[in-house]
Amino acid sequence: MTGLRSAVRVLVMGWWLQLKIVAVNAFDGVLNIVYPLFFATTALLMYRQSGSPQALVYAALGAAVMGTWSAMATSASGALQSQRWQGTLELLVSSPTRMALAILPITAALATVALYSLVATLVWGRVVFGIEVPIVSPLAFGAALLVTLASLATFGFLLSVTVVRYRTGWALGNLLEYPGWLLCGFLVPMDLFPTWVQWIARALPPTWGMDAIRAAASGASPWRDIAVCGALGLGYAVLGTYLSERLLDSARRHGTLALT
Amino acid sequence: MSILEARDLRRSFTSTSGMLRRHRKETEAVKGVTFDIERGEVFGLLGPNGAGKTTTIKMLITLLLPTSGSASILGYDVVDDAREVRRRIGYVFGGDRGLYERLSALDNLRYFAELYAVPAREQKARIGELLELVGLSGREGERVEGFSRGMRQRLHIARGLLHDPDLLFLDEPSLGIDPVGARELRQTIASLRTQGKTILLTTHYMFEADELCDRIAVIRQGELVAEGTPAQLKQRVTAGSVLEIDTFGGVQDRLERVLAVPHVRSATVDVRAQAETLVVALDSGSDVTAAVLAALDGIPLGRVVAREPTLEDAYVELVSS
Repeated sequence: MTGLRSAVRVLVMGWWLQLKIVAVNAFDGVLNIVYPLFFATTALLMYRQSGSPQALVYAALGAAVMGTWSAMATSASGALQSQRWQGTLELLVSSPTRMALAILPITAALATVALYSLVATLVWGRVVFGIEVPIVSPLAFGAALLVTLASLATFGFLLSVTVVRYRTGWALGNLLEYPGWLLCGFLVPMDLFPTWVQWIARALPPTWGMDAIRAAASGASPWRDIAVCGALGLGYAVLGTYLSERLLDSARRHGTLALT
Repeated sequence: MSILEARDLRRSFTSTSGMLRRHRKETEAVKGVTFDIERGEVFGLLGPNGAGKTTTIKMLITLLLPTSGSASILGYDVVDDAREVRRRIGYVFGGDRGLYERLSALDNLRYFAELYAVPAREQKARIGELLELVGLSGREGERVEGFSRGMRQRLHIARGLLHDPDLLFLDEPSLGIDPVGARELRQTIASLRTQGKTILLTTHYMFEADELCDRIAVIRQGELVAEGTPAQLKQRVTAGSVLEIDTFGGVQDRLERVLAVPHVRSATVDVRAQAETLVVALDSGSDVTAAVLAALDGIPLGRVVAREPTLEDAYVELVSS
């Protein structure tokens, strides 16, 4: 019981302080909002040409979640690299806390920041493009958003643990950013892709999260998609926890924890 | 039982080079290091850059796996019982890094207190005590990015002591600190010593090691070349005497001639602002000042002083022999 309480305290305190680190930097904060808006604007300008209000709603929701994917894919792996640069990665590792408990709050804090960009993108679509996204089931919509963000945090966690072992592992996040836009069905329906691509897409939690968000907004039942999204997110968390210990052992063997 | 036992510790690193044809190169950074640290002792590990001090420490604090050999802390193996070892040690390194700059000193300490499982009800009092110890009381609410290097280093020490470790590793803690900051840091370490803390300290500053350490080991090119109390190490050269001669150019070319003088054990050049000081270690009872000066014939000379050897002389002789 004490161990569980201690783990929860590490997670909550880590999340809060890591959120503070991200939030106190005005430059980072502005970038986290402006960057997704730039891509959302591009998408909305394209979809506006169709003249279909439904298409614009589809794009507005997709662009909102797209920003959270970008924020997580690039920031999560970069966050651990920053820890290496500032010399705190070795201190996290040399503490008796399990590596997973030290890293997960970092990506959870980034997911929280991603929520800002999601809301900002929806407001941007409403104010600048006049897109009113109808939300038929607000409760289900909120649940879908939260589960999607939580699963994104665990996906980011899986990405970030590779940085513990590989000094250039942060590039993996950048590599996944644009393919993720397509694979997760943010802007293009998945039916347009070959079956094997759809299989890959179905292994990514945001694909299910995106479906759940759209379903909740339109009034359809999102719960199956929410459940699969949550389960996949949990699966990534378990895989990340397992890999974090294995990769940490490898990092100790190869001496890659330090900057040089 | 010793608090730390290291037996024949070795660590190699493999590096690769080349674009198309990859060449692998193996470097043995630590070549069979053996030593013990007793409870309540301040143990100094001295050596030049690249001698293997930090690699040795990183194996002991579980950040690196030894290639071979073994080490245990309070009976826990650093490879097999890494988590148990981590609970019992603190690690502080020198320089600017290792703190969350955008957080306050207090938040930094609170975070690491959680990571080291300091009970919530004890955290406030413990952090308060440590801030007092390192002289940062009243500054805990400020962000670390505004701290001087000396203040950061003292905060590092507070962080390393949060969980009241049995053994504290201080890896060049005075690196880059101004003399006043370094003095304050030494006072902090000295007060830890009087509290009975066991410390492994690495430093380049001999007076620091002389002042703080109960025992010292000198490491050179990955091997321990000497071990003993500061007095014992000094004795290695007190069997003789030291001659210091200020010169003004060209002394490097005459080193061979100086070393060829009978009863000269070693000769090194210490480059200072304008002069180069030749430091010559001599055998006991020998008076070869005239012969050494003759070997320097033709070079402008300044002050010539014969003196007792210091720990620094012992160190220089050990690492340069």
